[in-house]
Amino acid sequence: MHTEERRKERLDRGIKVRTVGIYSLMSWRELSYLTVPRVVLILGMLLLPLIMPSMYWQRVISIVCIYALLALSFDFLAHYVGLVSLGGAFFIGTGGYLAAILNTSFGLPFYLTIPIATIVGAVICTGFLLPCLPLRGVYFAIVTLMYPLVLGRIIEALNVLGGTDGIVGVASFPNRWLEQYFMILMVLLFLFGMRRLVNMDVGLVFRAVKDNDQAVKASGMSITFYKAVAVFIASTMGCLGGACLVHIYMWSGISQFALDFSIIPIAATVIGGGGTLVGAVLGCFILVPISELLRTFGTLRIVFYSLILVGFIVLRSEGVMVYGQRKYHQFERWVKV
Amino acid sequence: MSGGPILEAKEVTKAFGGILALNRVSFHVNEGDILGIIGPNGSGKTTLINCVTGFIRMTSGRVLFRGKEITRRPPHKIADMGITRTFQIMRPYYSLPAYKNLVIPLFSPRAKRTGGWRGGGKLGDRDTVGIDILEEIGFERDSFVPYKMASSLPTGYLKRLELARCLALKPEIILCDEVFSGLSMSEIASMVPLIERLQMEGITLVMIEHRLRELFRVANRVMVLNFGEKLTEGTPEEVMADEKVKVAYFGSEEVEEVMSYA
Amino acid sequence: MDILIYGTINSVSLALMALGFALVYGISRVPNFAHGALYVVCGFITWSFLHGLGLNYLVSILLAAFITGVIGALIYQFVLIRVRGMAISEIIASYAMGLAILEGFRWYGFKGTTYTLPVFVEGSMFIADIPVDFHRVLVVGIGAAVVSFLWLFTHHTRIGLALRGMAQDERAALMLGIDSDFMAVVAMAFGSVLAGLSAILLLPLGNIVVEAGYNVLILAIAVCIVGGLGSWMGAVLAAFIIGFAQILTVVYWGAHYQMVVALLAIIFTLILRPSGLFGQQKELEERV
Repeated sequence: MHTEERRKERLDRGIKVRTVGIYSLMSWRELSYLTVPRVVLILGMLLLPLIMPSMYWQRVISIVCIYALLALSFDFLAHYVGLVSLGGAFFIGTGGYLAAILNTSFGLPFYLTIPIATIVGAVICTGFLLPCLPLRGVYFAIVTLMYPLVLGRIIEALNVLGGTDGIVGVASFPNRWLEQYFMILMVLLFLFGMRRLVNMDVGLVFRAVKDNDQAVKASGMSITFYKAVAVFIASTMGCLGGACLVHIYMWSGISQFALDFSIIPIAATVIGGGGTLVGAVLGCFILVPISELLRTFGTLRIVFYSLILVGFIVLRSEGVMVYGQRKYHQFERWVKV
Repeated sequence: MSGGPILEAKEVTKAFGGILALNRVSFHVNEGDILGIIGPNGSGKTTLINCVTGFIRMTSGRVLFRGKEITRRPPHKIADMGITRTFQIMRPYYSLPAYKNLVIPLFSPRAKRTGGWRGGGKLGDRDTVGIDILEEIGFERDSFVPYKMASSLPTGYLKRLELARCLALKPEIILCDEVFSGLSMSEIASMVPLIERLQMEGITLVMIEHRLRELFRVANRVMVLNFGEKLTEGTPEEVMADEKVKVAYFGSEEVEEVMSYA
Repeated sequence: MDILIYGTINSVSLALMALGFALVYGISRVPNFAHGALYVVCGFITWSFLHGLGLNYLVSILLAAFITGVIGALIYQFVLIRVRGMAISEIIASYAMGLAILEGFRWYGFKGTTYTLPVFVEGSMFIADIPVDFHRVLVVGIGAAVVSFLWLFTHHTRIGLALRGMAQDERAALMLGIDSDFMAVVAMAFGSVLAGLSAILLLPLGNIVVEAGYNVLILAIAVCIVGGLGSWMGAVLAAFIIGFAQILTVVYWGAHYQMVVALLAIIFTLILRPSGLFGQQKELEERV
């Protein structure tokens, strides 16, 4: 009896091989293979506010963008530096409270509060996270988990920064179109910026810190420093999101430290495809609208995402973007052994 | 060829809980020399390297580099001073191609300071410099080898990659942890001239080895460790003639074999 | 004097909360972020048996503890085992499970004073002229008994010794024929039972609220970090340090500064001595 054995083989598509380096300029077909996905993404995002049916949904876009910034920071930290950040709410809260204070107590307008809150917030967040950077990854996860929970309780107990009521009366964006396009531009900026960063030399150092930090030490570089830089970059994105959020909702309070901001970026990254950065943004575009639709169910939403997240992880699913990229760049066929 | 002591270790002691891995080990290397460290498995050779290069905090003892105390410095500061090391369990960046592996050490402050790979004083594009270094170390430039993923390279190339990583830092001294192990005869045959060339360029080497035949061809002095203590030190011939060393290796055939070739 | 008494009570409570977490991390190196969730789960199950089914209190307690252990084991068996070794996924998975459970309870409506458990013994006694509830005295007594039992168990029974072996060196344990997967499930079950036990002892002193789950998680982690992740005796010692620090804070500053103490304890430990008091994680400073 002769049994035939087959195995699956995965090969790069011809057009992918033809578009390496300068050869991509060979013809329109090759050029479009590379540029069409990116153009679709950019155009799609820019056109989104125009096709939204109502103001409510336009606001949702802004919120999606804030979550997208957080998801980008999570994906970057987790898959390119090896640090799992369980507390996106920490960045949102820091940026948010800072912007609120700058606006209400110092009277600065939004175009000043946002940049200042972003940078100063990033410095503060990095400072808070500094003690756990020389240590193993699980400590970073623990500390980022704890900060939003503990800080929320401290604010409530000591009744500082507005206590449970929060800081009210924050100025809003003058114009809803400005609000949305600013957010979309920020997301696009950071998305393409981060993709560029991780392929630059600095990005390679970050990835080296994730893969093999002993070798990085042996090459004469301080991993604590580079982790701090990575955390600073990630906190910039998170604090920017937080600062914008308070101007959108005109209020800053303990719910800024809420769990939504911690779990949705993680779920978005896992569902969208970890490690691709685009996947994280895409995941947000999927999850956040669903979250809005399910708002009537209260915190059951969080149960829902958490369980889906666990499902994806346990089944070792690669995520939407990773699957999509694979299909786009490679094809499979059965080969006789 | 040899100058004064470039690296000195005094009374290095390391205890892991109740186990004394190193017991007051002292040694020194003269500039431009090659010092071999040999000993049976578990004698503390890798621990000694880890202590000297700052990867493990020693229980007591001192380490001096060109007379300056470097005892409690963190490993990246020590590497920054020009004291580099390879790892016994190889640690390339598996997900990157071979030449990209060198981008990381070339990004370090020391590489930026010492530079000079191309056009004197200024570091060229790191990718190109990486390929240059790989060519020096024995990767064929015009083949696809430097572009292969580190995960698909054979052991001989990976060992060379480890050395390349050290060379990117323009080191003053390299502490090699078993570079010859795991290599085939032909791979070793091409490694030995490389080691000799490194010495000719003025780099001091400390080599932990099990393959005594090849080590004795290049080493000026050899030190023997056993159960964390220094047994003896001297030229390869002196060490091989020492009865204590033979006893430590329990009269292993390797010693007999080397004796017949030396 | 009252500082001494309340300090001891607080410390033993913290130790009870933390031991479950320390056990699971020490043995399977998985941080069980669902620890707080299991605490609340046990409280809820006890309440259901007591009020919903009308069972005897003691029976409810025993059943609830047992079921909590089973739930913990199931979580490990079906979720965590699949991601063992992939640090990022482990952390995310256990965190997500914890969130799912706690937020599920929140949605179900755990608020206010409707959900309480009765104390074991009513009334109070006087220790050196200070009134102390009987129940709190019982907490200290049972807590001490649990710690001693744990010590005896891990030092004198086969399974306990196997657990310790795994905690020290998993590969060596595997070579000696100890099934590490099964032991990890056992450890998780034990950790969950301990979480449940602490819930049974401590919830009667207050209400069953979802926030308690998060508080327990924070305090357990704080104690374990100060004591050294993975060291059980370290956790006990750290519980006393933090417990007394909290009581002193209450006396001299104000009750609402308690959480600050926990946070500062973690920060100081990570800065000064990252491996904690009895950390077996010496590798933090000495990894090769």
